[in-house]
Amino acid sequence: MSTEAPLLEVKHLTAYIKTPKGEIRPVQDVSFSIGRGEIVALVGESGSGKTVTSLSIVGLNAKSIKYRPESSILFEGKDLLKLPEKELRKIRGRDIGMIFQDPMSSLNPVHPIGKQIAESIVIHRKIGYAKARQKALEMLQKVRIPDAERRLNDYPHQLSGGMRQRVMIAAALACGPKLLIADEPTTALDVTIQAQILELLKELQRETGISILLITHDLGVVAEVADRVIVMYCGKIVEEGEVGRIFEKPLHPYTRGLLDSIPPLHGSSPEKLKAIPGVVPNLLELPAGCRFSNRCFRASQRCFEREPDLARHPSGNLVSCWHPLEEEGEKADGAKSTARLS
Amino acid sequence: MAQSQPLVSLKNVKKYYPVGSGIFSKKIQFVKAVDGVSFDIAPGETVGLVGESGCGKSTIGRMVVGLVKPTEGEIHFEGKPLSEYRKKELGKQLQMIFQDTYSSLDPRMTVADIIAEPLVIHGIGTKAERRKRVDELLERVGLASYHGKRYPAEFSGGQRQRIGIARALALKPKLIVCDEAVSALDVSIQAQILNLLKEIQKDMGLSYLFISHGIQAVKHISDKIAVMYLGKIVEFADKEELFASPRHPYTKALLSAVPIPDPKLRNRERIILKGDLPSPSNPPAGCRFHTRCPVATERCRQADPPLVRTSGGGLAACLLLEDQQPAARAN
Repeated sequence: MSTEAPLLEVKHLTAYIKTPKGEIRPVQDVSFSIGRGEIVALVGESGSGKTVTSLSIVGLNAKSIKYRPESSILFEGKDLLKLPEKELRKIRGRDIGMIFQDPMSSLNPVHPIGKQIAESIVIHRKIGYAKARQKALEMLQKVRIPDAERRLNDYPHQLSGGMRQRVMIAAALACGPKLLIADEPTTALDVTIQAQILELLKELQRETGISILLITHDLGVVAEVADRVIVMYCGKIVEEGEVGRIFEKPLHPYTRGLLDSIPPLHGSSPEKLKAIPGVVPNLLELPAGCRFSNRCFRASQRCFEREPDLARHPSGNLVSCWHPLEEEGEKADGAKSTARLS
Repeated sequence: MAQSQPLVSLKNVKKYYPVGSGIFSKKIQFVKAVDGVSFDIAPGETVGLVGESGCGKSTIGRMVVGLVKPTEGEIHFEGKPLSEYRKKELGKQLQMIFQDTYSSLDPRMTVADIIAEPLVIHGIGTKAERRKRVDELLERVGLASYHGKRYPAEFSGGQRQRIGIARALALKPKLIVCDEAVSALDVSIQAQILNLLKEIQKDMGLSYLFISHGIQAVKHISDKIAVMYLGKIVEFADKEELFASPRHPYTKALLSAVPIPDPKLRNRERIILKGDLPSPSNPPAGCRFHTRCPVATERCRQADPPLVRTSGGGLAACLLLEDQQPAARAN
């Protein structure tokens, strides 16, 4: 992958909002890239900045959100942040497809789904409506909508949640994009339907070789589909690495904490879950040093004073922590590691 | 616990909601939200209710606290039908916490007033006593006394759920129905709330009916689990038994569909169900699961299987259960 330029490169992305109480930064100095054919998961809890990050790629953030001048998002060499809206609109939908958690609000309720998919093909691919409609039908078949021909004339409300998400995927992939941004695509779905949609996404990825940026809070979903994982906390990346490494040997105490918070599905249930204490801090009242310091069981004096940089760890992961969990088997056992000043 | 009287007992409970097929049509159809459900909750026990949207699990929760009356069947609380209790009496014993704390906490009331409201309604204590009780409750759920002066909007989702729990505890109920109580919370906060609910149960000995589509959370907190599909219980068993050897094909598919946070297990054998959930207003004839069941036979299209005792001690409703058991063990 190193020989080829990545499909998408986010560099030093900082988004800010001016509020009456001061400036807040939902995303602070975030850099990452997505290779061709790669599935990258952006994980974090509410307020971690994962959605703002993904929406800045397609220029769909609220107007009140501004970017610092050093921020750039290179997509095939073009800086999406500097692109005029007209140019961006051409890329969005054609080269970058999107699916969201709630298909009901992304689909137009007053038009049949076939028409909606066909229209975007007409706009982006500049082909006639009849041909586009044929293509729309093919897409609906591809996402395995039963009886697709008849379904073309259905309105969104006539479809179930799972079917609507399939239609969204069909619409997002209709113009043959190179990147698919999937923001919590299965969060609103029932678990048996979620399994269907994840399977479908994986299959389509293999068939088309598309890159996927998956935004989710569900580490189970991440483990099922992602190649690489980026963990965000309070607007910053705290850890990034290959999926196996993130789950097996997380370095950041926050990543460890997230994994430990999930009640195990197999084996006996522990009496008590290892919850992360406290709450995510308000972006206006961030701790002085490391943003996770006030909830971290490894925090030392240094953590409260200075913010760690995101740096390459010998294991290969990127981690932003003064005291990464290094040794094998060293787990969040709740034991307070005493201040390790160095 | 088996010899003692159950705290709550549901006997063949049904809830049908009428849906008109048209303004001028006289023919009335029914959504069979709950269609013949029976189970008991013992004192101090947690029964988990899992199922997908529209399976009737929330309707059961609402019926158990008396918010919705069953169309048929009886729910007994401590041996007496719910219908024979006065409303206020029930409120004292049976409480509920909800998923959406935005709509279940009044935004114009302070947290202290919200928690004290049940005490005021039931005329318990003087103002000073109530204030003391509110402080105790706030502390019990991990908040501080000064939080009482604030409004719900000033709190995060997890903290608001703590407020909901404090209110539910105010009257020292014997049962709390938790309807998707942790579903909207971030995973780190979800763990905190699950721990809190368990601690409270240990202290106060109350029972929970824990309703959720989040199977991991249900597994963590429950002693027994009921799996529902389209208004019926398809399997009911002790937690360990249910997870170790699920009997019903739907339970198997449901458990196998849960994403596991371990990339090494990515390529495991999985049962992925075909198709969508049928509408509860027009459930399939015979076994309701037959349209999606990977092992359904002709027989399943016709006969609706009753819940029968399995060799593991639980209950399951599947015609193929007997023929299937040796095979199930083999894999």
